[in-house]
Amino acid sequence: MQREADTPEWKVRNESGQLVVELTGHWTTDCLSIPSFTPGIFQNIPGNRSLSFDCTKLNDWDTSFISFLWTVLREADNAQIKVDTQGVPPSAQRLIALLPSQFHEAPSHRRKPPQVLHALGSGVTKALEVIGTTVLLGWDTLRSGFAPKRGQGRMRIRDLLSDIFDAGPSALLIVSIVNFLLGCILAFVGAVQLRKFAADAYVANLVGLACVRELSAVLTAIIMAGRTGGAYAARISTMLSNEEIDALRVFGIPVTSYIVLPSIASLMLMMPLLYLYGCLMSMIGGFVVTTGMLPSVTGIGYWHQTFGAVNLQQFEFGFTKSIFFAIMIGLISCQIGLNAGRSAADVGKAATSAVVVGIVGIIAMDAFFAVIAMVIDI
Amino acid sequence: MNTAPLPTAAPAPEGLLSVRDVCIGYGTKIIQKDISFDVARGSIFAVMGGSGCGKSTLLRSMIGLLRPLEGTYTVDGDDYWHGPDSHRTALNRRFGVLFQSGALWSSMTIGENVALPLEMFTHLDRKSIRQLVEVKLGLVGMIDAIDLYPSEISGGMKKRAGLARAIALDPDVLFFDEPSAGLDPITSARLDDLILTLRDGLGATIVIVSHELSSLFNIADNGIFLDPVTKHPIAHGSPRELRDHCDNQTVHAFMNRQASVTEITPDKNADQRQENSK
Repeated sequence: MQREADTPEWKVRNESGQLVVELTGHWTTDCLSIPSFTPGIFQNIPGNRSLSFDCTKLNDWDTSFISFLWTVLREADNAQIKVDTQGVPPSAQRLIALLPSQFHEAPSHRRKPPQVLHALGSGVTKALEVIGTTVLLGWDTLRSGFAPKRGQGRMRIRDLLSDIFDAGPSALLIVSIVNFLLGCILAFVGAVQLRKFAADAYVANLVGLACVRELSAVLTAIIMAGRTGGAYAARISTMLSNEEIDALRVFGIPVTSYIVLPSIASLMLMMPLLYLYGCLMSMIGGFVVTTGMLPSVTGIGYWHQTFGAVNLQQFEFGFTKSIFFAIMIGLISCQIGLNAGRSAADVGKAATSAVVVGIVGIIAMDAFFAVIAMVIDI
Repeated sequence: MNTAPLPTAAPAPEGLLSVRDVCIGYGTKIIQKDISFDVARGSIFAVMGGSGCGKSTLLRSMIGLLRPLEGTYTVDGDDYWHGPDSHRTALNRRFGVLFQSGALWSSMTIGENVALPLEMFTHLDRKSIRQLVEVKLGLVGMIDAIDLYPSEISGGMKKRAGLARAIALDPDVLFFDEPSAGLDPITSARLDDLILTLRDGLGATIVIVSHELSSLFNIADNGIFLDPVTKHPIAHGSPRELRDHCDNQTVHAFMNRQASVTEITPDKNADQRQENSK
């Protein structure tokens, strides 16, 4: 507990017409609070227009003492009182000299909470802007893909191979696990329900159709949005904060050729293959659970039933979807990375945005494909 | 922390930091060895040398970011690297560090950057912390930037904001890593004045890592010079002493801004020194 003699205290006394601020005790940040000076204390004192300090009983001090002195000096300045700081320790005088004589708290730079209509309008405008810049980026990327020969900003094959490895073989494990478990879950749910109707064999149809038409493509795309899309956004925004993107632009090297095209091309090449691989893994998952849970379904029967339910058209549909998902993930993550801020916090925000927007975009695009499938009767 | 009434005459130099036979490296690879020096209380001590001579590595070791392979660092007689992490953490609260780029936390405003150490390590109420943040930023002339984010201010302002954060807890020792790097001459000179004023006002001991000669001549009381080849200390003394009286060719050339002797006229001793260092 702090001793009474240690407590930082102040009082103002009147010495033959001169105001003296007496300071005693330990003025350090070890205390619970810096004593506050009474605002306006000098305003109602008639006649006495000079102020000095008595620090003879002052013990240890640090910048909490300077903070208090500054407050007193500003109050005195407001009351137009002449101040003599001779009584203040010389080193404190040096620090006080660095501080501005007046400081009015500047209006906060922080934005006020926006009104609903304003927020809605800005949201729509921003969304349109993002869509516009993404489309433009896509167009530029497409054009850079047709750059005729070396020396005209063509994509480096080394970068493409590196991105292909990151987007493909490196993602095999997670795609395998997720799709295998997806097949297991579907088979389990299907087995429990279909057994009631003696339709055990149709578990294979359920797993096959659901995975080939929808789930393997969507789930693989979500994995890639989280894994690869987030990584692209973080990498590009880090390059932005390190001025690497600026350096590319100054040299006239197209950012689309150097960064965006390899990213999108690698995803376009790998995603359909991962989709096919994901379909196989989910069917294997379904096979394991079905043959384990339902004695009436044999291994050969399961595969026979699956190939009967799933035709080539279903695969083509899922395959096409995965290509569009790849383009969207690549474009969105690169667009977000290129438009991120330049601080470390912005890198995190860019990665998060890329994943969130990517996943929402995948679901929305899948809904769009579902409508198309209905219209063309697939 | 200061004590009033202040003595009229400067106190006799007293070693606050002591570095003895320190050897720094990564794994089994030795980068620097045989480093010994004392830093007097209230003085400004410079670690000098050209680019890549190990100045920042030595600083990282002094502030607890790199454990030395051998040797001791003592702070007020207390062995810095002896004991558990909590011991070093307690000693680190007596340190303030200004990193080369400012190293401000980008997700916080400048005011929040300065306030965080006060919130973590003092029992002060919010109002007092706000007052102290204003004082620290006022001391470095950055009070108007209190609500700005690091991404919204210039490089020089980041340095000053970093300095305000470094003095947040009124440290006994301030470490500066290349404080003048990347600043224009006027801003650099102002920063030198600020460092001197803070030293005198706060009574802090300052260790400064720099190769900016004009700054070193202005502010440093004492220092060591690291060899660019072996990375070991080859001279001790104030920058002015080293400039005017040091016999070593490398030091003399560096302090007088002459083209490096190791590049133009090969230093005959360099090979031998490097051999000895292995």
